Amino acid sequence: MSVEILEKVKNIVVDRLGVEANDVTLEASFKEDLGADSLDVVELVMELEDEFDMEISDEDAEKINTVGDVVNYISSHK
Amino acid sequence: MNQLLAGKKFLIMGVANDRSIAWAIAKQLHEAGATLAFSYQGDRLESRVLKLVESTMPGSTMVQVDVTREEEIASAFALLKEQWGTMDGLVHSLAFAKSEELEGHFSDTSREGYLLAQDISAYSLVAVSRFAKTLMVEGGSIITMTYLGGERVLANYNVMGVAKAALDQSVRYLAADLGEQNIRVNAISAGPINTLAARGVRNFSTILGVVAEKAPLKRNITQEEVAKTALFLASDLSSGITGEVIHVDAGYHIMA
Repeated sequence: MSVEILEKVKNIVVDRLGVEANDVTLEASFKEDLGADSLDVVELVMELEDEFDMEISDEDAEKINTVGDVVNYISSHK
Repeated sequence: MNQLLAGKKFLIMGVANDRSIAWAIAKQLHEAGATLAFSYQGDRLESRVLKLVESTMPGSTMVQVDVTREEEIASAFALLKEQWGTMDGLVHSLAFAKSEELEGHFSDTSREGYLLAQDISAYSLVAVSRFAKTLMVEGGSIITMTYLGGERVLANYNVMGVAKAALDQSVRYLAADLGEQNIRVNAISAGPINTLAARGVRNFSTILGVVAEKAPLKRNITQEEVAKTALFLASDLSSGITGEVIHVDAGYHIMA
C-alpha cells in the first residue's frame, strides 16, 4: 500500500470533512467515524477522481466504507 | 474587467460547493460588479457556502431558504428588502428528486416523489419569482437552470425530466406574465457537468462520455461556460431576450 496515496487521501478527507488528521485511520468509516453523510461521500469520490485522475463508478463508490477501502481501490486501479 | 452589472443586486440560489453551477455564476456576476446574496438550505450547506463566499466575496448576504416552505421564502425576501430595498434579479439553480427515482422504471415513480420533484425543481421558480417581482422595481433578469431531459427522454433522468419540462414552461409563462414589468425570465439548458447534484443521476459519468463523443464541439462544457451565458442573460447584453431556453451544451441538442 502506497504511503503517498494514503497521505493524499488523508489531506482530502481532512479538508472536506473538517476532521483531525489523526482520526483518518485506515479503519475509519466515513459515515460512522468521520461524520460524513451520503453527500459528503459523493463529494469525496469526486475529489478523489480529480486528485488521482480516474473515474469511480457508482457501483464501486457504493462499496466504499472506510479510508482503507479508498486507498485499496486507488492502489488497484491506478 | 467588465462592469456589466455594476450596482446590480442578485440573489443566487443553489450553491452546494465549489463545483456548483450556481457558484460559477456567482463568480462571474461578482466580477462584473454585482452585489450578491446567497440562499442555502440547512446548516450543513450553510457552513459550506459561507466558507466559499467569505473567501472570495466577503460580506455577501446569506439566507436560509427551504423552497418548499413559503414562509422561509417570504422571510428571505423580507431580509433582502430590508438590506437592499430593490433587486435586479435572481439565479435559480436548484432541483431535487429522490435518488431511487433517478434510475429504473419511470412508471414506478411514486406520487410523493413526483410531487416533491415538481415542488422543489419547478414550482420553486414560480414562488421565488412572485416575491422577487415586488423588489425588481426597475425590471431585471430571472435565470434558471434546466436540462435536455425536459425536452427528450434521457435514460434514468425520469421524474426530473418531467419536472424540467414543467420548469421550461414555467419560464415561458413567467416571461409572458412579468414582461410588462421589464422582468426577463430565461433558462440555460446546460450539458452534463460533473456536479454534486448530477452525481445523483445513475451512471452519470457514462453520460459525460456519450455527450463528449457526439456533440458538435466534441467535448463537454464547463461551469464557466454556463456562467458566462448567465452573465449575458443577467446583463443588458440580452435585453431583447425573454422566455428563452439557451442550450449551453457544445451543440449536443441538435444531434439526432
